[in-house]
Formats: sequence, C-alpha cells, structure tokens
Amino acid sequence: MVSYWPLIGIALVVLGFALRFNPLLVVAVAAIVTGLLGGMHFLKVLATLGKGFNDNRYVTIIYIVLPVIGLLERYGLQQRARALIMRMRGATTGRLLVLYLGFRQILSALGLTSVAGQAQTVRPLVAPMALAAAEKQHGALDQDTSERVKAMAAATDNVGLFFGEDIFLAIASILLIQGSLASFGIQLTPFQLSVWAIPTAICAFLIHGCRLLWFDRRLARHPRESGGPAGFKNKRDSRLRGNDEA
Amino acid sequence: MIDLHWLYVLAGAVFAGFAIGSARDATNKKRLGNSVFWGLIAISFWFGDFLGDIGNGVLVLALVAIAGAHWLGKGSKPSTSIEQREEFSERYSNKLFLPALVIPFTAFVGTLAFNYTPLKDSGLIDPKSVTLVLLGLGVIIALIVCYAWLKPAATAPVEEGRRLMDSIGWAAVLPQMLAALGAVFAAAGVGTTIGALGGAIIPEGGIFLAVLLYALGMVVFTMIMGNAFAAFPVMVAAIGVPILIQQDGGNPAVIGAVGMLAGFCGTLMTPMAANFNIVPAALLELKNQYGVIKAQVPTAIPLLIANILILYFGAFR
Repeated sequence: MVSYWPLIGIALVVLGFALRFNPLLVVAVAAIVTGLLGGMHFLKVLATLGKGFNDNRYVTIIYIVLPVIGLLERYGLQQRARALIMRMRGATTGRLLVLYLGFRQILSALGLTSVAGQAQTVRPLVAPMALAAAEKQHGALDQDTSERVKAMAAATDNVGLFFGEDIFLAIASILLIQGSLASFGIQLTPFQLSVWAIPTAICAFLIHGCRLLWFDRRLARHPRESGGPAGFKNKRDSRLRGNDEA
Repeated sequence: MIDLHWLYVLAGAVFAGFAIGSARDATNKKRLGNSVFWGLIAISFWFGDFLGDIGNGVLVLALVAIAGAHWLGKGSKPSTSIEQREEFSERYSNKLFLPALVIPFTAFVGTLAFNYTPLKDSGLIDPKSVTLVLLGLGVIIALIVCYAWLKPAATAPVEEGRRLMDSIGWAAVLPQMLAALGAVFAAAGVGTTIGALGGAIIPEGGIFLAVLLYALGMVVFTMIMGNAFAAFPVMVAAIGVPILIQQDGGNPAVIGAVGMLAGFCGTLMTPMAANFNIVPAALLELKNQYGVIKAQVPTAIPLLIANILILYFGAFR
C-alpha cells in the first residue's frame, strides 16, 4: 500500500504560493513537511535539504556577471545600445527579437546555453535595443507598452533557450531522459532523443516568431499623436527612472 | 584540472563583495539583512563542501528565515545620473560594447577551441563544465579590460553588481532551493506515490487521452516544482513507460524527448521557475513581477498543443 501523505507537500507549495507567502519559505516548509510525512527523521530531512542545496550551487553562479554588466551600465551601455538601434534603418522590435530568437536557439543547440541570458544579454543589450526600436515605430512609449516590450525581450530569451538546448546531445535534460528510460530497461542514444527535439524547436520559432511580428504590427498601428521620432528625445530615459508618461 | 570548484571560489568572492557593499549602503534601511543573506551565500560557495549536510541544511534555514521575515531591502542611491550616462555613452561610443561582448565571446570561442583542439585531452578544464568555466574567465577578462580602459574606482564593479543583486533579492536562490526540494521529494518517495496515483486513474485504451494526460501532467507538475527535471522521472514512471510505451507500443524516443519539451511549456508559465520568469522581471524593473510570464503564455499554449500532436503522431504512427 502506497502512502499518499507525502503529497501534502505539493499541496503546500500551491497553497503557500496562492497565499503569497515568501516562496523560499514555502519551499522550505514543503520540503520539511514532505520529508517528515515520508517517514524521515527531522535531521535526515535537514541533511537532505542541505545536500541538495550544496550540490546545486552551479545554478547560482551566473550572478558573477553582474559586476561587469553593472559597471558598463554606469558608463552608459544601455544608452549606447539605444543609440545603435536609433541609427539603424528598418530596425523594428519584432525583427530584432526574431533575429535574437534564431541566434539563441542555434547557440543553445550547439550547447552554448550560458553565452546569452537574462543577466548577460537581455538587460544590458536586448531590452534597451527592443525599446529603442519600439520608440522608432511607435513614438514615445507609455508605461504599459514599454513594460510589454521589455517582457517580450525576456520571453524571447527563454523561448530560444528552452527550445534550442535539447537539440544538443550532451545537455542535462537529454541525459536525464536517457537515464530515466534506462532505469526501465529502455536503451536510447542521446542522438535518437535530440533529433526529436527538432520539430518542437521549429514550432517554437514559428509560433513565437509570428507573435513577435504581430507585436510589431500592433506597435506600428497605434502611434501616439505627439510621438514620432522627435518625441523620443525627452522621453528616452523614462524606462530608467520608471516614471509615467506625462 | 579547472572545474566548477574554481568557479565557486570566484562566485564566493563576488557574493562576499556584495555582502560588504550591502553593509555599507546607508540608503538601504534593511542593509544588515542583505549583508547577512549575501554573506551566507558566499559561505556556501566557499565552504559548502566542509559544512556537512546538516550544516548546509542550517545555512538554508537561515537564508529562508531572512527572506521569510522580509529582512531584505533595496538601496536607492544611483551611481551615475542619466545625463552622465548619456555623456559617457557619447564619449566611449560603440567601443562600450566590447567589454560586454568579451564574456559571451570568451565562452563561445573558448568552448569551440576547447572541443575541437587537443586541449580537450589535456585535462586542463573539466569537460563537463567548460562553458561555465570559460564564462567565469570571460568575466575576469572583461573586468581587467574595464579597469584598464575606464579606470573606475576600485570598488565600482562590486558596488554596481550589488545594486543589481539587491534588485533581484531572494529570487536569486529560489532555483537552487527548488533543486533541494526535489532532492527531499525524491528521498520521501513522492515520485513513486504520484506514479501509483497516475496509474490508478488512467483509463484503459484511448491512446490520445493517455498522451494528453502525460503532457498535461508534465506541465502541471513542472509548474509546481519550477522545472521539468523534477517532473520528468515522475511522469515517465506513472504514464510514459507503463502506458504509452509498454501498453500502447509508442516510440520511446518521442515519448521521452517531446514529453520533456511539453514540460518546458510549463516552465514558461510558472513563477516557481524564478530564474527565468521572476528574476528578469526584477532585472528589467518591470512593475508587474508576472509580466514575463504574461508575455510567454500565448507562446506556451500553442506550443504545448503542437507538442501533444507531435507526441501523438510521432510516437504512434
């Protein structure tokens, strides 16, 4: 007879999140409750949690890029990224992000997942460029629109990463699939698995790419009366100050 | 051999810098909380392997206590004004991109150079973590270039990095915490329990229905656990192997690969995947912390449907 008690931990994660407790707290409580209900001693639960945390430190390494990114921002990197796009003819938010999506998928498929990312490329380069392109199309951006442009830049990075990386043979998820199936006596090579990541990668490019071009049309269709290329000059830093349009 | 542990030493130094910088930020009322929080992460990077499992567990509880009690805050002191930045941007022109590109360039070219030259067999770098090690090297090179060229104050990189780190806050360690939760779930047998439950509620026959439940199960469990890696072994044991592969004779490669990708659609839609969905909202200073998820849902749902069709037609034809 299987005990269903440990499942309470899953319910706790959902409930704690719905009640807006701090997610770190929710996760820790869920882990301890699950462990205890699963018949583990408290110290055993604590040790498992600690070991799991220590074994996965590599997840948190990426923040070592922040000093470089922050320093370059101090010297105007974001402003530079904007200036570059402003001078480029035919640059639109959608086209720029489609291009980035393609690059991100291809690089990830080559196993180069940490080359780009939210901290490394989106904050310092992609998001300011997407905003600048949007201002060229749309005129000065209201806060809702600039939020949507920035969110779209972040989303594009995620889609490109998730639906490119599994084409690479030696990525962790492919190895996990191989290992999980092998434990049932089903032997597959990484190649057999990664080939089947290609149809989804193509669908992801088409679906997200179409959305980006559609987004372009929306940006172009609703220019602000006061906007136009002359309007951005005094508004160019609204994104950094986070203030609303006057 | 240079492996992840070298990077941990570097990361520990960076977080120790953040801790000291936080302690000195008079504009942040909660600076002590920030300082201890980043300091504990520095300790974890430096000494995690010597603390023992229970010691690490206590460290985790301390981090959770600080975050849960809302002892983390943000300073308000900007480093340079927008006007100064415009001026710098004009002065340094497009050369400003170079140090930023040093990091991806080092990682990219370095990985290729490592994999396709005799370096691979030299035992210099651990092949499992080449790109991450080279990313760390790229950070160091970029910092040296910045110091030589821009001549900032000695503490400026740590100050600026700390400003960004404080804006991310506790969300920075959520992914690592979820990985630890996954370890506890595995030890407590949650996977086998869900497997038994799944096996009990799946009706006989109806391949499409089983495919649908497999894909949706991946999505839901991924959303709860914050990543597809935790969901995959559970759903494979519950539905993938016993029903789709053994009972219905589906192609295991499709069921494995596309099942995982269906889970990734769930990753796009959950705040638990903090590093992908919540951290960028903080990094990009979005008002709505769920803004990135909102932008992703209209991609995730059609893509999930595509994955279900690929599963069905790819595995059973």
